[in-house]
Amino acid sequence: MSDLQSSPSAAGKATDEAPVVATAGANASSAQASAERSFLPQSTLLRHLLVLLGSAVLAVALLELSTPYQNSQLATLTYYAIAAGGLTVLTGMNGQISLGHGALMAAGAYTTALLLDADEPLPLPVVLLASVLVAVAIGALVGVAAARLHGPYLAGATLALAVGLPGLAIYFHDIFGGEQGMRVRAPQAPEAFESFIDVVSGNNASSTKWLAYLGTICLLITYFFLANLVRSRIGRTWRAVRDQEVAAELAGINLGAWRVLAFVVSAAAAGLAGAVLALVVRLAAPSGFTLVLSLSLLTAIVLGGLGSLVGALLGSALLVFLPPFARDMGASFGLDQTEAAQVAPFVYGVVLIVVMIFVPAGFVGTIRLRRMNAKAKKAMAQAAADAAGRR
Amino acid sequence: MTGISVAFGGVLALSDVSLTVEPGQVHGLIGPNGAGKTTLFNVACGLVRPTEGRISWRGEELRRLRPAQLTSLGIARTLQGVGLFAGMTVLENVMVGAHRHARAGFLSALLALPTSDKDEQRLRERAMTALTELGAARYAGRYPGSLPYPVQKRVALARALVSEPDLLMLDEPASGLSEDEMHELGELIRSLAGRVSVLLVEHHMDLVMRVCDRITVLDSGKQIAAGTPAEVQADPAVTEAYLGDAVDAEADAAELTNADGGRTHD
Repeated sequence: MSDLQSSPSAAGKATDEAPVVATAGANASSAQASAERSFLPQSTLLRHLLVLLGSAVLAVALLELSTPYQNSQLATLTYYAIAAGGLTVLTGMNGQISLGHGALMAAGAYTTALLLDADEPLPLPVVLLASVLVAVAIGALVGVAAARLHGPYLAGATLALAVGLPGLAIYFHDIFGGEQGMRVRAPQAPEAFESFIDVVSGNNASSTKWLAYLGTICLLITYFFLANLVRSRIGRTWRAVRDQEVAAELAGINLGAWRVLAFVVSAAAAGLAGAVLALVVRLAAPSGFTLVLSLSLLTAIVLGGLGSLVGALLGSALLVFLPPFARDMGASFGLDQTEAAQVAPFVYGVVLIVVMIFVPAGFVGTIRLRRMNAKAKKAMAQAAADAAGRR
Repeated sequence: MTGISVAFGGVLALSDVSLTVEPGQVHGLIGPNGAGKTTLFNVACGLVRPTEGRISWRGEELRRLRPAQLTSLGIARTLQGVGLFAGMTVLENVMVGAHRHARAGFLSALLALPTSDKDEQRLRERAMTALTELGAARYAGRYPGSLPYPVQKRVALARALVSEPDLLMLDEPASGLSEDEMHELGELIRSLAGRVSVLLVEHHMDLVMRVCDRITVLDSGKQIAAGTPAEVQADPAVTEAYLGDAVDAEADAAELTNADGGRTHD
């Protein structure tokens, strides 16, 4: 009798401990998905294409209903979000930290700048692809080294990349333009784009708008691919490597190869992000790829919830929209322009601290944790009811 | 394994130990604390490289064995403790165990091709079968951290079994289990025998004596006895190794008699 009573309560206590708080956002369970009630189709491809289509419609609406200034902000958001998406896969799902993603973005940006500098530049998709490939090559090199390192050592090694790589641009200033950097000739919008905008909203199809669209297209494609990987066995294997090395190895997983793969995928995203950055900012200069950029990306994914693509997007949005918001707030409180501008980093720091205190798993991660705990509690209650029924 | 020796620095952890697991048999590996049982296990898994000696599997010598190759050779191992992936559901944990059977490659995953979906479906079914076999199917959607320890052990076992190994290596599977659960585990291991070979490291004499076909006894890195449970129990060297240890003497003596008692009850 007493035995029966004690067992559900003991198990109930076990429920309270949250599974790995820090990476809760990463636990987009691939296995559970089909069991969940959902209006989305079973096939991963159809599912993700549907979400892709919905997001595209949403993005067009957003871009057409906002001002040109907001358009350029959204363009900025796209390259942050592309890089953050890649980083969240690496850090959140595979457990590798990288302080060097700014440098990988630089590789993409300089590739784009160099290729567009030619008298007869290659078509834009080819340029973007080349930028991705260059970043992938560097990422593979770093990844091989990274696969052997852990925690602070890995952070140190990638930090060296972040500091060192942009330095190359200054050293080889004849090719890369030194401190001044390289101007990027953004390609003209195709006519199809102008007629598209004309049909959709009748707005002025400016080059700012074209670049915002270009960034959005790159963002959607990147997230589509990343989401596919996350949901597949690739994502599961990455998480296994992150959670328990020895057990993963005993399951036949070659730890090093899978870590390098994660680094390469992440680098590909960073390379594309760099290319988009170069087009949007129209400049590839060392000052654009400082350590601050790498750190901003890390804070973005932590704020959003490690390992979650939606979280990476939210975190990036915060990164882009919070500073101007804080500046306007400051101005409305009667601060002059310099003072108001100084408010931005302060507000950002406060938000970061508040989030870490109240939702330590990030926005998306915390929601997932809640849902997981609720489910576990329900299962426990069910088990307890069963036990009572049997008695 | 023949003539295995392992030296850590100047310390000889294992000296000239040989052990053969016959197909379909349950082989027990016992010995007092620090006897080198886990080291021998790690040698067999490629986690520790032997200083001397050879490891053969199905008549072929394994050179430069790496842990990640084990499952493809048909060898699966559970860890001391449970070693489950905390951030993944029970079902996903077991699906990782089926890694060896995965067919879909990177590209089909990247493009979310139907082959990738089908492959996942197959792995999911395999995993569910293994979980059902171990009576843990109803925990499939839960996270390991929220489950009682014995259930976690079952999940870990399911993860090892789902790779369909020919040799299953169990590292202290009974630790942390109650008397009843240990009994169930014993039945389970017996039911596996014949289908797979089992190599078992265990402290609980009772369990070892009941389920093993053959037993190897280690003490201070040396093999002091080998044979059937009855032979080993009758071996004076074994009794001495266990009773000679002043601290554990009483406990081990009790365990040995208990094991005896258990057998006569059967």
